Amino acid sequence: MTRSSRRLTRLLAAATVTSALAACGGGGDGGGGGGGGENEASDIGVTADTIRIGSHYPLTGVAAPGYSEIPTGAQCYFEFVNDAGGVYDRQIEFIYRDDAYNPTQTVQVVNELVLQDEIFAMMGGLGTPTHRAVLDFLNGEGVPDLFVASGSLLWDNPEEYPYTFGWQPDYEIEGKFIGNYIAENFPDARVGLFLQDDDFGEDGRAGLEGYIEDQIVAVETYVPGNTDVGPQIAALQAAGADLVVSFSVPSYTALGQLAALRLGYQPQWFYSNVGSDPTLVGSLLANFSEGAVSDASLLDGAITTEYIPTVDQTDNPWVQLWQRVWDECSTAEGELTNFRIYGMNQAYTTVQALQAAGQNPTRDGLVAAVEQAGGDFQGSWYAPFRYSADRHAGISGMQVSRITGNTSEELTPVLITDNGEDVDIEESDNEPTTPPEDGIPDVEPVE
Amino acid sequence: MSQPQEKTAASAGEMTSESPVEATTAANAPSGPASARRSLLPGNTLLRHLVILAVCAVGAVALLELTSPFRNSQFAVLAYYAIAAGGLTVLTGLNGQISLGHGALMAVGAYTTALLLGAEEPLPLAVVFLAAVGITLLLGAVVGVAAARLHGPYLAGATLALAVGLPGLALYYDDVLGGEQGLRVQSPRAPEWFQGFIGFVSGNNATTTKWLAYVGVICLLLTFFLLANLARSRVGRTWRAVRDEEVAAELAGIDLGAWRVLAFVVSAACAGLAGAVLGVVIRLAAPSGFTIVLSIALLTAIVIGGLGSLLGALLGSALLVFLPPFVTNLGADLGLNNTEAAQLAPFIYGVVLIIVMIAAPAGFVGTIRLRWLQARGKRAARTAQG
Repeated sequence: MTRSSRRLTRLLAAATVTSALAACGGGGDGGGGGGGGENEASDIGVTADTIRIGSHYPLTGVAAPGYSEIPTGAQCYFEFVNDAGGVYDRQIEFIYRDDAYNPTQTVQVVNELVLQDEIFAMMGGLGTPTHRAVLDFLNGEGVPDLFVASGSLLWDNPEEYPYTFGWQPDYEIEGKFIGNYIAENFPDARVGLFLQDDDFGEDGRAGLEGYIEDQIVAVETYVPGNTDVGPQIAALQAAGADLVVSFSVPSYTALGQLAALRLGYQPQWFYSNVGSDPTLVGSLLANFSEGAVSDASLLDGAITTEYIPTVDQTDNPWVQLWQRVWDECSTAEGELTNFRIYGMNQAYTTVQALQAAGQNPTRDGLVAAVEQAGGDFQGSWYAPFRYSADRHAGISGMQVSRITGNTSEELTPVLITDNGEDVDIEESDNEPTTPPEDGIPDVEPVE
Repeated sequence: MSQPQEKTAASAGEMTSESPVEATTAANAPSGPASARRSLLPGNTLLRHLVILAVCAVGAVALLELTSPFRNSQFAVLAYYAIAAGGLTVLTGLNGQISLGHGALMAVGAYTTALLLGAEEPLPLAVVFLAAVGITLLLGAVVGVAAARLHGPYLAGATLALAVGLPGLALYYDDVLGGEQGLRVQSPRAPEWFQGFIGFVSGNNATTTKWLAYVGVICLLLTFFLLANLARSRVGRTWRAVRDEEVAAELAGIDLGAWRVLAFVVSAACAGLAGAVLGVVIRLAAPSGFTIVLSIALLTAIVIGGLGSLLGALLGSALLVFLPPFVTNLGADLGLNNTEAAQLAPFIYGVVLIIVMIAAPAGFVGTIRLRWLQARGKRAARTAQG
């Protein structure tokens, strides 16, 4: 490898790029976005007619049930947008890779996405421990890290991680909503906590304690990977807890239910949004109990939180849109699920961000666009995002609901709040939104 | 052969009855001068290894500078797998002990690195790595003392307990060790001289990714150099003697236990270094990175490559690193969706493992060596006849 041969390579590369650009210019651009002018290869991962987005999900391994459906939903929504012409006449290429929910593998696949596939931005990388492992790398490389699929508070830290944005309501405000509801509706309940032993459980507990610290009689944690939660559930029972708040993932919701069933323990259950999908928990229950428990009937009457319309709300116009996207999708297999709807929502938000970044987006421009316009993004979510130059926090509101069969009934209106004990919970005055006619958002580019 | 001798062989279990002959062929490389063939390499073992080391170092620089940044990051991953597999292949191939606990030993190295680099004023990287090796070495000595008394499946069971139990400590002491989410590793940036060096060699960007790949490869070459010398020395010969025939070894005055402990300690030190490299490359030390799957992956790597051979450990590790993404991309190109393509990778890896076990039970390197020995034997027989 001599200097001259390298120079030759560079020269050739430059010549290729120039001729490619010239060819594009010569061909003329039919559509042309709002700004007029030509589409350019304005940054890594962007060409005149494509834009490349990447993500990591657990497609194999223990976390795969449910979560592996999220990218199929996102993929279908991107296809829906591409079929309608894409964003600024660019087709969205969505590449997602399997990390098996193992941070070591997350690092490798994100390396591959950024260095090999040369993505423009990340979207919806899933999991707290997994995504945490690539935070420094993505921010060091200057790759926009949009809409991490986890409610950890880590993603809202623009000073340290200027490229990373949260998306869903964080676990702390979810804890506040749950604590507030319990304080108002179950003031005499003896509350037990069943928490995952990481940020998920800790942030949730921090939110809860501002409202019901004196009602908590027992706190039990579980470690993902250890499938025996009998001792924890027994300890909650022994402490006399008659209401159990559970910040657990779906498989541990099911394991906790089975343990309680064995012990004859019947508290009022209160599940965080993450662990409450009745369909998935039902199938896990059937699986774990080897058929002894056949559906989600154990979850009947449990209370949970919601922030986007779910698949059972078939008269909701957003759910109708997602159903339409799913039915028209060429890669769709199986039924529309809440996880697929989640993926579609994230894809919808990403399309809004790309629109806001303008005709020829740069990575820094995309981040600036989400900071400026993101607070006004309209979608199926019940409450707005908290994006600004100082904040990268996701959806600000939820509603409390009760699970009945495979559907749920709402118990409160949409409530909004923010992090910190001194921010009160208020009723949201936002009107429910309806999707645009063509199902594709239309966000003006920011200046 | 007398009656009691056969009984001992049988009671030691089927696992050992035949295995040293074929499965560890790769470990029994002839010493340079002993094989009377002409060679360009010097006859002195140390000198020969130094020449090979220099050639490999030049080759590694060329390889890292000619490949893309992503390939560089894959070589960094390959480096820590190969360091750990190299240590394990010495333990299993040369000394006949099995370990399912090497993933846990790597965790010790990674956590040590994370804690030391997380300090206010971190020590130089080399010192941190040496500390990681030292601490893992101490743990290896403790485990080795227990391991020296155990055989085959019992040893596998004991080390399996280590693999399952040790990551639990990170959860128990979560205020120091970060619990389930682990500790972030403050990977050092590329120093000035490195940027100068890369600028001189190729003019590429001296990124952190590249620096970490060099760190990994340097550690790999040094480890393999030391292990190769050890394997060709009196120590290596003694290990082989312990592996092949305990009674004979003991009659020759070899203290079986002490030599087994030594093998475990050397192997643990390699695992510690591998863990340290993993820490800086992955930038995270978390229990979910050191599950039993890692230990078993290392074992499959050395079995596929050829027990006892460092080259085999390298090849097996390369398969671990390069095969899954290759299969996934191939699957995607063939029209599978990403989920199906991702599920294809472990399947193909399993198929490769089964094929190797059926077609080449001595692993890549062992099988080639067997063929070569057979061919030479035939040639020699023909010459003798003619």
